[in-house]
Formats: sequence, structure tokens, C-alpha cells
Amino acid sequence: MKRKLINLIGITKSYGNNVILDDLNLYIRENEFITLLGPSGCGKTTTLRILGGFETPDKGQVIFDDRDITQLPPNMRDLNTVFQKYALFPHMSIAENIAFGLKIKKKSKAYIEDKIRYALKLVNLEGFEHRSIDSLSGGQQQRIAIARAIVNEPKVLLLDEPLGALDLKLRQEMQYELIRLKNELGITFVYVTHDQEEALTMSDTIVVMNQGYIQQIGTPEMIYNEPVNAFVADFIGDSNIIDGVMIQDKVVEILGTKIPCVDEGFGENTPVDVVIRPEDVEIVAPGEGFMDGVITSVIFKGVHYEIEILANGYEWLADTTQCYTAGTSVGIRVIPFNIQIMNKPESEDEEAAEIDV
Amino acid sequence: MYKLKKQFLAGPYFIWMIGFILLPLAFILYYALTTADGAFTFSNIAAIADPVHVKSIVLSLKLGAICTLVCLVLAYPLCMILSSFRFRHQSFVVFLFILPMWMNFMLRILAWRLLLSNNGIVNSILAAVGIGHIKMLNTQTAVVFGMVYDFLPFMILPIYNSMVRIKPETLEAARDLGAGSFTVLVKIIFPLTLSGIISGVIMVFVPALTSFVISDLLGGGKVLLIGNVIEQEFMQGTNWHLGSGLSVVLMLFVIASMALMNVFDKDGGGTAVW
Repeated sequence: MKRKLINLIGITKSYGNNVILDDLNLYIRENEFITLLGPSGCGKTTTLRILGGFETPDKGQVIFDDRDITQLPPNMRDLNTVFQKYALFPHMSIAENIAFGLKIKKKSKAYIEDKIRYALKLVNLEGFEHRSIDSLSGGQQQRIAIARAIVNEPKVLLLDEPLGALDLKLRQEMQYELIRLKNELGITFVYVTHDQEEALTMSDTIVVMNQGYIQQIGTPEMIYNEPVNAFVADFIGDSNIIDGVMIQDKVVEILGTKIPCVDEGFGENTPVDVVIRPEDVEIVAPGEGFMDGVITSVIFKGVHYEIEILANGYEWLADTTQCYTAGTSVGIRVIPFNIQIMNKPESEDEEAAEIDV
Repeated sequence: MYKLKKQFLAGPYFIWMIGFILLPLAFILYYALTTADGAFTFSNIAAIADPVHVKSIVLSLKLGAICTLVCLVLAYPLCMILSSFRFRHQSFVVFLFILPMWMNFMLRILAWRLLLSNNGIVNSILAAVGIGHIKMLNTQTAVVFGMVYDFLPFMILPIYNSMVRIKPETLEAARDLGAGSFTVLVKIIFPLTLSGIISGVIMVFVPALTSFVISDLLGGGKVLLIGNVIEQEFMQGTNWHLGSGLSVVLMLFVIASMALMNVFDKDGGGTAVW
């Protein structure tokens, strides 16, 4: 495994009575694309601002490269930020914007010019040196903001919802560009977003946060396929989250029906949350599944149809490429491997986390 | 038809412009360029070269410049403080600084006349703490003091407005890229407030240059600004021709100073005042 570059230890931050972060512990490895993902107010931006030096934690330490930088001001830190609203300097040309950090470091003129050309090439805006900021579109401005940050060769690039203001098509293009940049530059990216699709596309590691707590840390596949609790399951993609009871190993009861699953070790007759992804719900002829129901709505989504099925009092969500008509009676089947069983939240904190869903 | 109607709406303003801007200007020019019996002459304009007039216009420029500088030095840090602390009653504090503008101008100057007089409160306090009497009234310092007091809000408002328009994330970005507080001030805050500074400078310098009431009341007739000279020509000397001639010269000075400021104002924000 790669070396740990940043270590956040016991970070606590509150504004007045409002606790934003509570004893947060997190490490970030070298050359990793790590995404802090969560709904607004979950503390992800505050975490990033503490990393950038714009906020000081009430308690805890920020260790960067084996050095305690908790009290270090932003201009002394070896990392750069790409802000949500670009934050370009309106009175400077594009070249001057990019050169800003380098001029402060007193680099030679030739070096700076070289770097500007290199950075503009990297973000696909060659020849834009002398344009003014106002003449750029949002996507172009954000790419200049990225160029301005990376010319300083930071060890870590912090990105605060940098694609939030862009339209869908541009956002997807920029996602690929960011992945390419990260691979070409070999620096650590810490990315903050509330967009789960963005997080799944780009990250090596996703940190799901809610209400100041880390809910789950893992690869995109782990987070999507094995969410640890109902919050994560619901936040990452659509899910059917159903109250269930674990009857015994490999048998769970939901909505009055016992169905086979692959999970073990929950004990007997334990209340659990059962998560089933919509694409894992198979629609079969009535009587052939473990449950029968009636289709209540069909919505065309492009690649697939999103279908709602009312069965045993629960509105199931199913994704399928087959077209059905509302009102049809169908059966529901899910293969045991695709049924996720999760413990009910135990602590009050986790309970609180669920309310916000 | 509709278009014609719309043009009619501009009518009152058109009449206003002719009656209250162009005609008076034409009259001033006519008086400036004629003698009492109506003959054409440049002598009213050339009268500025008279040593007395040169002395007063130089004094006007000097006191105007000092007043502008003092206002700028006072207003800029204040605006930085007001805009950087995002406290709850921020706009109320700004309002307090602007409030004196709503009080009668003469009243404020008369009040200072009483405060600064030889037997006034300021001198009584100075005497009480053992510094002794200082002659303050009827000096150039008193005139500058009055000007600063009167015109400071005109410096604060435009600078404050340009200061609050700077987004906090712009400053954060600068610090993020390695800029210390001084660099942020010089490279970011100052250039972004330049148009506000220029507006403020024009709005303070122009009235300071042309003022005569303040110098009359706080200068006690001993501080003779070009405004006082012009006033005397109209009110006492009743030589409207000479007064108009000097007015035209003064206008040229005002226009020149504004054009000079405009050179520094690249983004055109300062042109809003003229």
C-alpha cells in the first residue's frame, strides 16, 4: 500500500451549538483520488477547509507529511484548492491568474511562461493566455482554476464541488479530464461532492459522510455493493430498503415472506435492514417469484425503464430494459447473492444520521 | 406611433437639460468672454495669471489634495475593517458613518467653528490637561479639518461598495496560492477597489477644490480659496465677467483632474460619477 500522506486525527469542529464534525479520523494516501461524499451540511466542505487551512479545528490534529500543520496558515501549506465558484482573479488575464502562485514563489520568467503553456495544454485551453476571465464559459473558468492550482505542483489538490455549477454534459467531460489529470500528474486529489455518480466515476476511495460522522470508507464498488447501513445504501444510488428479520443464517423474512440470502452471523430473529438494488429486482410471471404484486408506474429513463411494483404493502423499485404496462400483475425475484443484509443502527448518532435521508 | 410616444417621454428631461444645464453654461461662457460693455475679450480668463488668483488656486489645489489624501487614509482601513468583519449590524455601522451627510451642511461647519474657537471646548480641554491654548480657528488646518469632516462619507461609500463586492473566496484563493496578508492587500484588494478609490477621490477632490463656505466659516476670511475669490467677484465686487472667467478656469482644472484619474481607472468603474 502507498504511504499515508495526510492524517486527520480526532478532528472536532462546531459553530456555536452546531457540531459540524465530531471526532473525525481519516487518512489519505499518496497519489489517491479520495472523495468526501455526503448531503449538504454533512461536514465534507468543513473537512476540506480544515485541510486547506481556512478553518482551524476546535480539537484534533492535521498531520501532513509527518508534520503537524493544524495551525499553519493556508499560504504556508503545500497544497492547493480548486474552489466551487472558480474564484479567479477578475482583474487579471488568464496567464496572470495562472502565474500568481509562481510569481509569489519568485520563479524565473522563463519558468513561469513554460509552466503557463504546460498547464493550459493540460486543461485543453492552449492559446488562451491573454484572454480575459469574463470571456470564458463556466467550464473554461473552472479549467483555468485547476490550471492555476496545479502549476504550483502541490502534493495535494483539494477540489470543493468544482463541477457543481456546470451542466450535465460538461460535468461528465470534466470528470474524465480530472481522472486523466490525476493520472498524468501523480498527485493526491481530495474531492468534495454531493453527487454520488461523480464520486463513483472518479474515486479510488469514497468517504461517505453524514452529520459530521464518517459512515463508510471504501472503493466505489465496495460502497455500492456492500453499503454498511441504510443511509449509505440510500445515498449511493436508488435502493429498496426494507425492514426485515433475520430468521436464521441464510434466511431473512421481509414483508411476511421468508426468502433465502447468503449472509450469516446475524443471530436468530434479529431485526435488520434489507437492501436490494433496483437493477437486481427481476420481474417474472405471477407465482414464479417469492412475492406477487401489481405494477403501479412505468417511467422511461433512456437506458432502462424505472418500474414501481406494489407488493405486500411495499413500493418496490425495479430497473429493467423490458417494457411493461401499469396495472400488470407480476412476480418479484431476487437471487440470494444480491440481497444485502445490514444491522439496524445501534447508537443515537447513527439514528440521527438516518433521519436526514 | 408607439415609437414617437416613447420619444415624447424624454421631452421633460430634454427641456431640463437645455434650460438648466446648457443655457447656464452658455451664459457663464458668454460672461467669461465679454467685457461689461459686451466686447469680446480673453482678459477674464487670463486674469487667473494675476498673482492673487494664482496664489488662491494653488492653495485650493493644495488643501483639496491634502483633504483627499487624509480622507483616503482614513476611509480605506475603515472600509477594510467594515467589510472583513461580517458582524450582524454591519450595515448599521456603515449607516452611522454616512449619517452626518443628512445633517445640514452649514450647521455642521458652524458647530466646528464653536468647537475650535479660542474659547471653545477643544481649547478648554487642551488648557485643562496643561497643553495650553492653540490657535485653531481661521487657519488652513481648520479648513482642511472641516473639509475632511464634510467629505469623508463620499470617500467611504464608493470604497466600501467596491470592497464588499470582493468575494471571500477570491481572497481565500490568493492565500491558498501562497500570498501573505501584505501580498493579498497589494495584488488583490487594492486593484479590485481601485475604481472605488477613484470615485471617492473625484467625489472628495472636486467639491474640496471648489468649496468656499468651509473656508469662509473656518478660515475666517484669512484662507482665500479660488471659490472664495469667485464668490467675492459675484457677491461683493459684482464683476460677473471676472467671476465667470475664473469659474471657467476652475472647471478646466476639475475636468483635468478627472481626466487624470480616468487614466488610472482601467475597468471604468470610476466613470460612473461623471
